[in-house]
Amino acid sequence: MQQLLNTLLTGLTLGMVYAAFALALVLIWRSTRIINFAQAPMAMITTYVALTVIDADYSYWVGFTAALLSGLVLGAAIERLVIRPVEGKPHINAVILTLGLFIVIHAVAALLFGSRYRSFPAPFGVRGFQVGEVNVALTGFGIFTIGSVVVVMLLLVALFRGTDLGLMMRAAAFNQEVARLLGVRVGRMFTLGWALAALVGSLSGLLIAGGSLVHPSYMDSAVVFGFVAAVLGGLDSPVGAVVGGLVLGVSLSFVSGYVGSELVALAALGILMVVLLLRPGGLFSHATPRRV
Amino acid sequence: MRIPARPTGTTGEGRFELSDVGVSFGGVVALSEVSLEVAPRQVLGVIGPNGAGKTTLFNVACGFVTPDRGTIRWRGVTLRRLRPHQLAGLGIARTLQAMGLFDRMSVLDNVMVGADRHAATGFGSALLALPRSARDERRLRDRAMAVLDELGAASYAGRLPPSLPYAMRKRVSLARALVSNPDLLLLDEPASGLSQGEMAEFGSVLRGLTERMAVLLVEHHMDLVLSVCDEIAVLDFGRLIARGAPDDVRSDPAVLAAYLGVEVREGAASPGGREDNSARSA
Repeated sequence: MQQLLNTLLTGLTLGMVYAAFALALVLIWRSTRIINFAQAPMAMITTYVALTVIDADYSYWVGFTAALLSGLVLGAAIERLVIRPVEGKPHINAVILTLGLFIVIHAVAALLFGSRYRSFPAPFGVRGFQVGEVNVALTGFGIFTIGSVVVVMLLLVALFRGTDLGLMMRAAAFNQEVARLLGVRVGRMFTLGWALAALVGSLSGLLIAGGSLVHPSYMDSAVVFGFVAAVLGGLDSPVGAVVGGLVLGVSLSFVSGYVGSELVALAALGILMVVLLLRPGGLFSHATPRRV
Repeated sequence: MRIPARPTGTTGEGRFELSDVGVSFGGVVALSEVSLEVAPRQVLGVIGPNGAGKTTLFNVACGFVTPDRGTIRWRGVTLRRLRPHQLAGLGIARTLQAMGLFDRMSVLDNVMVGADRHAATGFGSALLALPRSARDERRLRDRAMAVLDELGAASYAGRLPPSLPYAMRKRVSLARALVSNPDLLLLDEPASGLSQGEMAEFGSVLRGLTERMAVLLVEHHMDLVLSVCDEIAVLDFGRLIARGAPDDVRSDPAVLAAYLGVEVREGAASPGGREDNSARSA
């Protein structure tokens, strides 16, 4: 029973991180139809920004804020300087550019910060609670992880559902041409979308790094699991991304806990294949009419 | 009928003018030397057989297509490199034949997007969610509800567009254009798919709008065009072949020839009925 509970708690914490990363992918996909393969190295480099700030004797929270802000700026800059010039061209052009960015950002990070493993602090404890005789695998940092992702999601929901700006962003994502006719500055909305996605990606980078080791490739597996989570939920659905992340996190935690940790990547692939076979659009996809 | 010269003594104030506009797509001439003007509170209908250049004319008017030649003037100012997102700010609104409603946004949200021209707060305030931004949003919401109410669609405000009857979706599309309170409304085949009763209702709505704005109407349904337009311009193969009052246009030999494909004696037939334009519209 204790193992079941702990496996579930570990899975939920992990799932929240996948959910954040998947959300970052979905934010970009639904507005531009681009899978941003550079999301992982973008998050990685902002984590290094946080580490640099923390190493300069500033608090964790200053580093945390610096990472999120640098993510915001990096996302906006990449959209304006790299993605915008290929707007209107086939989407594959932009996707290939994000793959190029993946390589470039890795190389830049290795040059600037070195390739060695470095420890990254956590603001809260990384040891589980003791309840009587039972060890509960929910840590202070785990609670922070779940809480921060929930807060970011609620803020995004408030932005998209409750503000005029969110309305414009949704309109731009659903139909660029019509949105433009109605006076929406679609390009500006896309820049903001990339910036917000990069911010959420940065958060996932910080959460994965907390109490662990970072190096230029430490986020690479996140892009695989985040992508699986996004596809699982439906690439068009932010809610789907969150649910997909949680389902994947819990599933992989059970595979790791009950079957074997070496099978985690294989299990992720299996889940992806099953979903693509049974529900190609993902769990939260909207039905689209078949073209005849 | 001769195409009337531009009225003399006007300053162009409040007018929408296309002068000698020409558009070609890879050697195919879509528009050639087309000059039109829409006066304030005038309804100008643009008709023509399929392929006459009506849609291209509309796309030029709203900035989707940049003309190879000619000028576009609005309120006496020449519009250069007009971009679609600038249209609303200039007081021009356009509906689309396919409506282009955002299917996964409520009717009210759809209309609110159109109201954004009247947002008093800027991008920064909205991004920072300042209190004035929230006040602004409430104001836009009220404005959107008022327009929906005016068009008899307020009770559908919370619904998604795909769940609405077709005629009601047309009204929502119109509401989204009207909520920006435009001075010029470009209507692209607004009556397509409507029944005779719905079209008559739409005609009365349209006539009510002319108190407030000019309308450029592209429409296949001649009954509607003849009943609501002050003037009609006729395009054929990208050229303006006639322009004038509805009664003059319907008996114009060049118009009859364009619609029926043959020379017709003046007064022998009318292009007014839908059965008459089947020769080129099919």
